[in-house]
Amino acid sequence: MTNCPTLIVTVGLPARGKTYISKKLTRYLNWIGVPTKEFNVGQYRRECLKIYKSFEFFRPDNEEGLKIRRQCATAALNDVRQYLSVEGGQVAVFDATNTTRERRGLILKFAEQNGFKVFFVESVCEDADVIAQNIVHVKLGNPDYIHCNTEEAVEDFMKRIKCYESSYQSLDEVLDRDLSYIKIMDVGRRYLVNRVLDHIQSRIVYYLMNIHITPRSIYLCRHGESDLNIKGRIGGDSGLSARGKEFAKSLRKFIQEQNIKDLKVWTSQMKRTIQTAECLGVPYEQWKSLNEIDAGVCEEMMYEEIQEHYPLEFALRDQDKYRYRYPKGESYEDLVQRLEPVIMELERQENVLVICHQAVMRCLLAYFLDKPAEELPYLNCSLHTVLKLTPIAYGCKVESVFLGVDAVNTHRDKPENVNVQRSTEDALQTVPAHF
Amino acid sequence: MSKRESTLTQNPLEKTWVPWIRSRLSQRRGSSVPQFTNSPTMIVLVGLPARGKTYISKKLTRYLNWIGVTTKVFNVGQYRRDATRSYNSYEFFRPDNTEAMKIRKACAIAALKDVCDYFTRAQGQVVVFDATNSTTERRELILSFAKDNGYKVFFVESICDDPEIIAENIKQVKLSSPDYANCDKEEAVADFLKRIDCYKLTYVPLDDSKDRNLSYIKIFDVGSRYLVNRVQDHIQSRIVYYLMNIHVTPRSIYLSRHGESELNLLGRIGGDSGLSPRGTKFACALGTYMRGQCISDLKVWTSHMKRTIQTAESLGVQYEQWKALNEIDAGVCEELTYEEIQDNYPEEFALRDQDKYRYRYPKGESYEDLVQRLEPVIMELERQENVLVICHQAVMRCLLAYFLDKSAEELPYLKCPLHTVLKLTPVAYGCKVESVFLNIEAVNTHRDKPVNVDVDRDPEDALRTVPDHS
Repeated sequence: MTNCPTLIVTVGLPARGKTYISKKLTRYLNWIGVPTKEFNVGQYRRECLKIYKSFEFFRPDNEEGLKIRRQCATAALNDVRQYLSVEGGQVAVFDATNTTRERRGLILKFAEQNGFKVFFVESVCEDADVIAQNIVHVKLGNPDYIHCNTEEAVEDFMKRIKCYESSYQSLDEVLDRDLSYIKIMDVGRRYLVNRVLDHIQSRIVYYLMNIHITPRSIYLCRHGESDLNIKGRIGGDSGLSARGKEFAKSLRKFIQEQNIKDLKVWTSQMKRTIQTAECLGVPYEQWKSLNEIDAGVCEEMMYEEIQEHYPLEFALRDQDKYRYRYPKGESYEDLVQRLEPVIMELERQENVLVICHQAVMRCLLAYFLDKPAEELPYLNCSLHTVLKLTPIAYGCKVESVFLGVDAVNTHRDKPENVNVQRSTEDALQTVPAHF
Repeated sequence: MSKRESTLTQNPLEKTWVPWIRSRLSQRRGSSVPQFTNSPTMIVLVGLPARGKTYISKKLTRYLNWIGVTTKVFNVGQYRRDATRSYNSYEFFRPDNTEAMKIRKACAIAALKDVCDYFTRAQGQVVVFDATNSTTERRELILSFAKDNGYKVFFVESICDDPEIIAENIKQVKLSSPDYANCDKEEAVADFLKRIDCYKLTYVPLDDSKDRNLSYIKIFDVGSRYLVNRVQDHIQSRIVYYLMNIHVTPRSIYLSRHGESELNLLGRIGGDSGLSPRGTKFACALGTYMRGQCISDLKVWTSHMKRTIQTAESLGVQYEQWKALNEIDAGVCEELTYEEIQDNYPEEFALRDQDKYRYRYPKGESYEDLVQRLEPVIMELERQENVLVICHQAVMRCLLAYFLDKSAEELPYLKCPLHTVLKLTPVAYGCKVESVFLNIEAVNTHRDKPVNVDVDRDPEDALRTVPDHS
């Protein structure tokens, strides 16, 4: 997708959401398969300084402070160079205020010397409420203010912002017309987009324009236990078992108790998720992209049968479960590709309940919880358990709610022996019990 | 407690599960594609003449219809042409020409009335209102109308002051307009420039402050810069993304299928076979042809299937593999001949002939599904310049339908024979197609819609249009 590495540079006063955007963007890019890493200059400063005293450090006339801050930026840029040129990274997110034209000029020069493309992401906001909220959510818990009480911390931070204000030079329509950037105003009410150069920048702009910070929760769960689940068979398009139907009823009760405003319900196009949603008594949307991973020639087989008929395939899958593609089927990697529009729409929406399948739920969960490709295919997504995800600060809170209806276990751990020559016993060591 | 225990039935055509009971839930047809528009949306163009409004209107409409959002353009200039019979000169557009102003306003209102009809009677989802809409007053009129009817409004303003771009624009699409049918070139250009001047006197662009509560995108200098304000919903977000990816740089898109494959020879559909000897010859010929086109920076794309990759390998250039370009998944019918499908699944075979676009193979896909999965390919094709796409019959039909604005009914029957390259070059408001047969024989894989599509038809009737094979 990208030839030259890309350097994304945030711009903006403190408490404008730069780190929030940096972390979220990094999570998204890694999930879709673009190796990305963020470099937070404030972090370098904390390591350098050890102890934060007060806003005085940030005063524009503090020579000592300025020297240290410049050194930290340089150290961070060196690490960026290491990541993009040596370690094979494709995107680096340089998270700092970068509020002066001079600082941005230095970064542009650095990027030019190293053959990186630069894309600026500026966040502009003058809404006092939003800034106050910001400070409460992420600054008070910051290592800088660990020994302060709330009032002291807020007061100091406001003075810190003031230090930057006098020298702040926002990206200018005329002076910066040759740069590539997006200016986000008032938390996404308005965007100014200039000179998008390539595919990755276009995807980044689309993503940034779809995210929001309105509080909401996303509920993820699988369909109720199905007839094929009970038999230990994978895939297929069977209906719910008796216990699965019980679960659907419990889910209905759970949703009603949660009293969720304007809940959207999404299912796949497979019978078992639709049957589950039908029980809720509310409208729902069917997405083909939420269908379970296609197991190709292994559809509707038990693990024992896969081992019998395709022992090589079975071993290869254990060797790299993320990239392994079933013959005439799909891989987890393919799943992520096809789920990307679902994630994009989840970002746009507010309260949503997604009733899906094991592999699909693992992919979605990995996106929200920033799990790497190695862990993704082994995330625990049991039947009859709802995961409630609520964004907080820079991450996501997870509450796991088992709805009290028993079901088979469908989780197969990675066995110890993944060798193609392994014995049948070794291969089937971790297969969960079934009828 | 309701006995709402899912008696689900599977719709035989699209294979979607729908509740059997006639409750208010089952009214939601169980669409095979998520429905994102609740209220109808009006996209309202804003801008001086020759700023690309009609180009944007037509292109956006084509894209939305292709992805399944029923959309129609209402061009107010067309209403004006119908109302005034013959165009005399730019004087019609002078702001002090009260008689003309009356006519122009009446045309806008007539167009709005038709918009209303389209939304209510024709069940349209999106309307593109193509006119200058360059005054606050006119935009107020439209906003008022939309509010009264419960329509959402999204403005698309095109701003450009580059005289070269405007001159090119006039050359490409104004000189051939019915307005200038009997003028010579210089006269037409002079008149049109005076026409633009008439509008300039009263033009009020969307204002950052006064219009801060409206939803809009401002496109500056053919896409070098965008200002996006208050995107309300999914469809507006998709529209913004699309508009930000299109460009007007001249280029060509080459569409071709893989060379003839082993399974093609046997009359079998799908599968993942390699090229036949003639297919390999085609791959060479394709290389020669493409080199002859002398394109700088040609991108080559294939699917993940052996036959397209083998074809690309022969070109000796770098290529990118897209899983999204894989042929339609025929599910249980993979690798069967039509005769075998008729033998084993006669009902499925008939259903497919009844509605080839929406029909989904059991455990497979439909053309409608294909379009969904090809959308990112189209988006990237819009971003790119010269591209050669080596793909498959059904996939090529979908891509071609997008470029040539073919309806869902026609799409599955578009002719995409083996060993024939289609060169698509955007021109004016559409696309020029050159079909180049590379002179290497291949089997015909095109099966026309038979006359009898009844599920009870004879095998003979069903197989009447099957092309020859070994």
